[in-house]
Parts: sequence; C-alpha cells; structure tokens
Amino acid sequence: MNKVSVDLTCELAGVRMHNPLVLASGVLGTSAALLERVGACGAGAVTSKSCGPEERAGHPNPIAVEWAGGVINAVGLTNPGLEAEIPTLIDARERLHAQGIPLIASIFAPTVEDFGRMAAGVSAAEPDLIEVNISCPNVGDEFGTPFSGSVESAAAVTRMVRAKTKLPIAIKLAPNVPNIARIALAAQEEGADAITAINTVPGMLIDPYAGRPVLSNKVGGVSGWSIKPIALRCVAEISRTVSIPVIGLGGVSNGLDAVEMIMAGATAVGVGSAVWQRGVDVFAVIAEEMYEFMAGEGYPDLASMRGIAIR
Amino acid sequence: MSDMQAYQRYFISTSQPKNYRTRSLVLDRPLAEAQPGQFVMIWLPDVGEKPFSIANADPLTAAIAAVGPFSEALCALEPGQPLWVRGPLGQGFELKGKKHLLVGGGYGAAPLYFLAKQARARGEEVCVCLGARNQAELLLAEDFREIGCRVEAATEDGSAGQRGLVLEAVRAALVDFPAQTLYACGPKPMLLALAAFCKDNRLAGQFSWEAMMRCGIGLCGSCEIDEPTCDAVGLPHGWLTCKDGPVSFYQPA
Repeated sequence: MNKVSVDLTCELAGVRMHNPLVLASGVLGTSAALLERVGACGAGAVTSKSCGPEERAGHPNPIAVEWAGGVINAVGLTNPGLEAEIPTLIDARERLHAQGIPLIASIFAPTVEDFGRMAAGVSAAEPDLIEVNISCPNVGDEFGTPFSGSVESAAAVTRMVRAKTKLPIAIKLAPNVPNIARIALAAQEEGADAITAINTVPGMLIDPYAGRPVLSNKVGGVSGWSIKPIALRCVAEISRTVSIPVIGLGGVSNGLDAVEMIMAGATAVGVGSAVWQRGVDVFAVIAEEMYEFMAGEGYPDLASMRGIAIR
Repeated sequence: MSDMQAYQRYFISTSQPKNYRTRSLVLDRPLAEAQPGQFVMIWLPDVGEKPFSIANADPLTAAIAAVGPFSEALCALEPGQPLWVRGPLGQGFELKGKKHLLVGGGYGAAPLYFLAKQARARGEEVCVCLGARNQAELLLAEDFREIGCRVEAATEDGSAGQRGLVLEAVRAALVDFPAQTLYACGPKPMLLALAAFCKDNRLAGQFSWEAMMRCGIGLCGSCEIDEPTCDAVGLPHGWLTCKDGPVSFYQPA
C-alpha cells in the first residue's frame, strides 16, 4: 500500500480548522485557561461550556461518574450567567486565535425569547460560531422537554437565534427523538449553518446495594464509547437529509471512531468523554491516529472519506 | 461483576476520634492500587458526595473533619454502617530519596500518614511537621510517632510545639534532618509559602492541593487552580486538581 500525504484541515460554516476535532461543550470549557489548554493539546476547535441567562450552581454531587460503558453525568448546566460569560469568551477567543484555533460559544436558555437574548449577548464576544444547546437532558424538572424534542420547538429556537445574530450558528440535537433528520432539516430551513449531533443519551444508573439512583438528579446523560452506534446512526440520517455541515459526536475516543463519524457524513468530530479516558492530550493523539489510518488506506483528505458509508 | 458498578460499598469497621471534630473512619477492606496523595469520592445516598484523601489503603481509612452537613453525616456513621466509594482518583505523591520531610497543615495531615507508612515500610527516615491553629486542631501526631516518625508541631497560639507557622518548624527541622524531598498537604497559603521555600532552598517539593471537586475525573473543570496560583508555583494554566493533581511536583533545575 502506498503511503500518501494527508490533509486533516476542514471548513465548517466558514470556520477554518487545522483538524476536524472539536472539544465538545460541557467538558473543560469553563475558563479561558482551560479552553486555551485544550487548544494547545491539538483540538481543531473548542466549545465553551453552555451558558444561560442567569448564573446556575448546577445539581449537587454526585454529578458525574464513570461506569463500564463510559460516563453518565447530570452537571445541571452550571454556568456563570451571560454577563460574566462575555469577558471569559473574549479572553478565550483572543488566546485561541493567537493559536489559530476557533472558539465555539455554547448557549442554552429556558425560553425561545431567552435564546434570542443569549444569541445577541454572546455575539458581543465575537466567537467564531454559536452552538445552540436545545438538547440538555438534565434539566427537565425545571425546563420541561428540551426544545430538540419536536420539529416545531427546534424551528422556533433556530428562527429566534437566526434573527438575533449574524454569526454562524449550529443547533445541537438530542438522539432520543423519533426522527432526528426531520428536526435537523427544520433547523436548516430556519437558517442554521450547521448541526451538532448528538447530545448525551438520557439514562440512569442505579446502585443496587444502595437501592438508589447514583446521580443526585436521578437521571443523566450517557456518554463515552457505549453511545457511538447511536451517534453514528443519527449523524448518518442527518447527513443524508440536510446540506449544511454536521459536527458529529458521541463516543469518539480514537482515530477510527473519528473516521467512522466522517464516513457517516460529519464535517467535524466532537470529542468529550475521551478526555476522561485518555487525558487532555487526546486531541493530538486522535489526530495522529486519523492521519495514520488515512495515510495507510489512501485517503488524501477528509472530503475523500466524508459520507462514503451512507452513499 | 462488581467492576460494572460506579461505586464500591464499604462498611465502617471503626470510627475513632482524632481531635475534637475529626474522626478516622476505618473501613472493612482495602482499596486496591491506591497511592498516598490520591483521593476517593465518598457517597452517602440521599445525602451527597465529597472528595477525601486516603489516610490508609489497607484497610481503606479516611480522616473526616465534621465541618458541614455531609462530613457530619459521615462522622455519625457507626460500625457496620455502609458508605460508597469511587476511586482511587488523581495523581498521588511519589517517594524520592531516603529522607522525607512531610508538612501537614490542619487535616492535610491525613494523606501524609499514608505516605509516612509507605516510607517507613521501606525503612526510610521520616520527619513530620504539623501545623495547626492550636493543640485541639492538631491531627494524627501520635499516629505518626507510633510508626517511627519524628514529629515537630507548630501552633499559632503556641499551645502545642513551637508558636508560629509550620514553615518555622520546617526550617528548624531541616537543620539536623537534611531531607531530599518535602511533601506537603494543607491550605493554599501554606502551600504557596512552602513552594517559595523549596524554590529558594533548591529543595524538591510535592504539594497536594485542595479544591472544590465535582466530577473528580477531569471533565467538569470545577477544580481548576487559578492562573495566579499556577504562575506562583510554576504549574501550567488550566491545571486540574482532580486529574493533573492533587499532587504537583517541583524539581529544582
């Protein structure tokens, strides 16, 4: 087999990345220093932890535990609130741009109107892209069913956010819906520039000796390698349906996982729980593993692999 | 199938008072592969979950100061009652050299006891400097003596050992105890002072940091050490206490 030179660069909604690996929202995105560190560890782009209109402490411990299939968490959208988040995002963006790495700002809100307010608010920090988290599975007691749960509510949020910012927007979707592609299509029709899929899979761990759920929130979001087949299916269905790019994530912990996500149609690949498994340096490691695979198998660039499994 | 579970259930063997508000909870079996300086998350269903350093691994032992509702609930547990543990987590101490100077501030003494036991099992010399506000706050001094450590105490009010900060006890101990490595656990101001001391005196140091921990596995970012502290002790920015630490290492150039 002839080795070829490999190009890992990609472009997502006008944002240039030196590789397709994106730090997923909710992991280590809590400060400018941590976002900068992940950038220096080889990520192609980084996403801040989801920010909402008001400060939130999140749920009490236990908020996250590892289990045989990965991780389950219900952090509960811990964040400093919009006002405090803006200087952090500006600081992070300046540090990251010095490294040539784009910043994605993740937002959430309890209402459609507040999503508009958040989009306008974080735009002042000029992130490269705004990720609209309409799919957090861990705040149902307060916020009800996530907006990602129906075509209508996903469309309403996308329309509102689109009206409030000129920056590119990605809508982050949940896997636990009957037809994720229909929801993605609705987001595209309302002006989304990209789709991020998937958020964690709602789940529950019970300690049989305690006779209690492990998480204080009782239910949480499952992540890590056990959800990869679910994520691949969702990314494949979305990619077949929409023309905008997809950030595919869910259970990606090595280069082959990332390649599979591209082959399912993703333009970029999110990495989250793998940071727990393999450390913050996991981004450079996965990029190297992708490079090795592509060189060995004769794929010169990501476009040559993109979507080949779903044609 | 027990490795499928997030937590391991332990039972209290004994709960021994160590000072007016601190109890040593000795559990019913060991924690496999635990190193001194690592920590565990202890969970009481319907009460909460918090990090605790490991005071002994065989059997698993934690020193719990009753300073809030959760630690009070732990201190109220009686022999035979269960608690739940995940871990060991984080980066622990690493014994370097043959003469070890251990410096504990307040309940920072707990993980150092495990370290001292490990060093003494290797037949190495250990001097422990314990700092506290007063005699009542001193922790584990007798336990260290029982395993053959030299113990120097410093209290702010002079009620035990010399009056003053633990740094003064460290200076005094080093006069006739030429340690190759200093190992410290305690409040941040103490660690900052000891880190500066190690730098000035070209002494290798290992420092165990305290922080609010949430996930304990390097994902949530809650336990990040702030950048001024990182700069002061030469840690990279974005240093995570739960995963990169709790122990940081200083080696003179």
